[in-house]
Amino acid sequence: MITWILRRLFQSTFVVLAMTVIVFVGVHVIGNPVDILISPEADQAERARIIANMGLDQPLWKQYAYFLGGALKGDLGRSFVFNEPALKLIAQRMPATLELAVTAVLFSMTFGVPLGLYAGLKPDGFLGRTIMAGSILGFSLPSFWVGLMLIMVFAVELGVLPSTGRGTTETLFGVPWSFLTWDGLRHMFMPALNLSLFNISLVLRLTRAGVRETLPMDFVKFARAKGLSPARVIFVHVLKNIMIPVVTVLGLELGSTIAFAVVTESVFAWPGMGKLIIDSINVLDRPVIVAYLMMIVMLFITINLVVDILYMILDPRVRLGGKS
Amino acid sequence: MKSGMRVLAGLMALCAARGVVAQETRLGVASSAPVTSIDPHYHTFTPNDSMAAHIFDRLVGRDAAGKLIPGLALSWKLRDDRTWEFKLRETKFHDGTPFVAEDVAYTLARVPRVKNSPASYGIYTKAVTSTEIVDPHTILLRTDGPYPLLATDLTYIAMLPRHLGADPATEDFNSGKNAIGTGPYRFVSFKPGDRVELERNDTYWGPTPPWKTVVYRMISNEAARTAALLAGDVGLIEFVPPNDLPSLRANKSIRLAEVVSNRSIYLWLDHAHDGPTPHVTGPKGEVLDKNPLKDHRVRLALSLAINRPGIVERVMENAAIPTRQYLRPGSYSYVADLPPHPFQPDRAKALLAEAGFPNGLRVTIHGPNDRYVNDAKIIQAVAQMWQRIGVQTTVEAMPWNTYVARAGKQEFSVFLFGWGVGSGEGLNPLRAQIATWNPARGLGTANRGRYSNPAVDALIDQGMGTMDDAAREKIIQRAMKLAMADVPVIQLHLQKNIWATRANLTYEPRVDEGTLAMGTRPAK
Repeated sequence: MITWILRRLFQSTFVVLAMTVIVFVGVHVIGNPVDILISPEADQAERARIIANMGLDQPLWKQYAYFLGGALKGDLGRSFVFNEPALKLIAQRMPATLELAVTAVLFSMTFGVPLGLYAGLKPDGFLGRTIMAGSILGFSLPSFWVGLMLIMVFAVELGVLPSTGRGTTETLFGVPWSFLTWDGLRHMFMPALNLSLFNISLVLRLTRAGVRETLPMDFVKFARAKGLSPARVIFVHVLKNIMIPVVTVLGLELGSTIAFAVVTESVFAWPGMGKLIIDSINVLDRPVIVAYLMMIVMLFITINLVVDILYMILDPRVRLGGKS
Repeated sequence: MKSGMRVLAGLMALCAARGVVAQETRLGVASSAPVTSIDPHYHTFTPNDSMAAHIFDRLVGRDAAGKLIPGLALSWKLRDDRTWEFKLRETKFHDGTPFVAEDVAYTLARVPRVKNSPASYGIYTKAVTSTEIVDPHTILLRTDGPYPLLATDLTYIAMLPRHLGADPATEDFNSGKNAIGTGPYRFVSFKPGDRVELERNDTYWGPTPPWKTVVYRMISNEAARTAALLAGDVGLIEFVPPNDLPSLRANKSIRLAEVVSNRSIYLWLDHAHDGPTPHVTGPKGEVLDKNPLKDHRVRLALSLAINRPGIVERVMENAAIPTRQYLRPGSYSYVADLPPHPFQPDRAKALLAEAGFPNGLRVTIHGPNDRYVNDAKIIQAVAQMWQRIGVQTTVEAMPWNTYVARAGKQEFSVFLFGWGVGSGEGLNPLRAQIATWNPARGLGTANRGRYSNPAVDALIDQGMGTMDDAAREKIIQRAMKLAMADVPVIQLHLQKNIWATRANLTYEPRVDEGTLAMGTRPAK
């Protein structure tokens, strides 16, 4: 198993390297950050000076070699725009995105599971049908539109929630968090809800399907025959069994929720990593783009690795399959 | 009854507004692009300049109309063609250190030395070749030759206290350690990509700023910015999207402030290629042996075919005015007798026929789709107008980051650009846009169409050597008139800068696009 993990890690290194090459070539093909950043009033000599200062006058392979040299020492370069280390910029924005994504995943559990359970138990009732129809909307409505509608209703018309931004933060372990203050929570509610809408629908549908599948099974019938209360049958026996796929999917969705919070972050002016990467792409701030994508690739690799390892531990069939 | 209700409603609104104003000592501002640094010499970028104006002062300031006014310099005059004398104001930095002439010399020396600056303010200080401190409140700045734009350039340079030492780091400004100026607000905190918090400087030399605390937020999404204002989370937003204008104009709780800017939107025409230009062909797609855009009649025809009032009204929601020059009416060196080209499609057709294209041409217009207000829609409108005179036009809009590099390589034939005249006078666009491309002399730096006219170049040189403001104005006007008669670019319109505030506030709209808490006041 150790060799298997090592092999996976070795493969992952190649994935990360391939990604950095793609970003370097891609950004190079798109254009030159100096053209975007430089003052329009600067003259040709000034432009040449800045290009040389950023090292962009060197051949691309040299720039890449220089980047690799730095990366081995843990230095992914300084942002062209902010003149701060790219990693520091990302680390600064990460808590905001993390707490938003985690809250969104919590929302998808707290809303998705009960709704899915109800829809599964009463599939033909009016409410059950409405929930299912609603979940289609959750899947298909574009999140920027939903976000703006949320703002229009809750912030502009009703005035009960702040429209955008992160609000007051409280520092814990040297990191500012929103969820520790009431104001921060108020600011977080709408973006988190917006971000979780897709996952709520997903969890809801998984739960419903699971309930429908599990209810006719023998062990449920047996539990009923044994005289257990309906509540105990549903919440202990049925729910326990259907939670396995739900948790698996949500674990994987956490990664994409973090990586694709971009839209929600820009609609709600949430100062997270997603907004940073969009701004960086617009000005071709290569060090930040590379560092961010490296981090996201590693995030997915790690999540996949952990899931695979967990499967190996949980399911002997996977282990045997790996050996044969 | 109805009027009674209205009076009642008005009274209630008044009371509500009073209540808010009385308690309100805090102002929320939403900017459209992120402040990238608190270091005022790091990155020449309008949001950074706006932010710096709160914390720091320049020697020379600008009023809302763009006119130069005393800043940290009480007055300035020319001792001779190359020596400027600045008399300085007696005031103190936020940390109590008095502001003196050494600080000016220190600042001017620091500006070009800022490390890793992606867009240096050195372009505004390089004219100064030496400084001489006469007394603590008098300093002489010398230039290599006559340089009439020195005072204008200094409106960009924020003054720092010399005790920051040699090469203060940009990071230390962002953390607040070095963010020490003489400006109306003190720095409190900076959360990159989110907000800057400021606090009133109670010992400010100028008029007392009306707000005790200012939260300067960065909300780049247009709809979110408007929503933040509608929800009352901020009191002032900049760059109101024109598409929101009709609904905001109708909204009683919102007030708009607008002014015609010095940012003109125009089409570059390719003058670089003598042979075929890449995106213009004959009416059947046949390659032409000569670049038709080099023919004055073709350029004029293309310009006359455009219905500018139509674009302004339909595409821009009246957030622009038609123009044929770079400056707004009323600016120094604005040319009064250079009106926008009229809409004359028949004359345009005749001109095309005269130039040898009775069956028209085939043209592709390129443009950005995320840079200027309604940029992609503008070129679509122009394309439809050109169809009418027999020019089959297609449109290709793309993101700015790919567009700008290609435009700089002369890959396009007709392409949309905008130019904001930061200096507010005509030499700036003439030198950057119209002068022949000349890296050695730093001229024609933004001349992406590679237009060249020796007669205009000579006038530009003459203007740069003329220190007398009135004489120089006449030369600039002559140069601009001469150039524009030749249609080097097809000017379309001047954008309006539009801010929106809550109805209980007013904003003094600024020509220079600056968004300042100092310009925001409770409505009377």
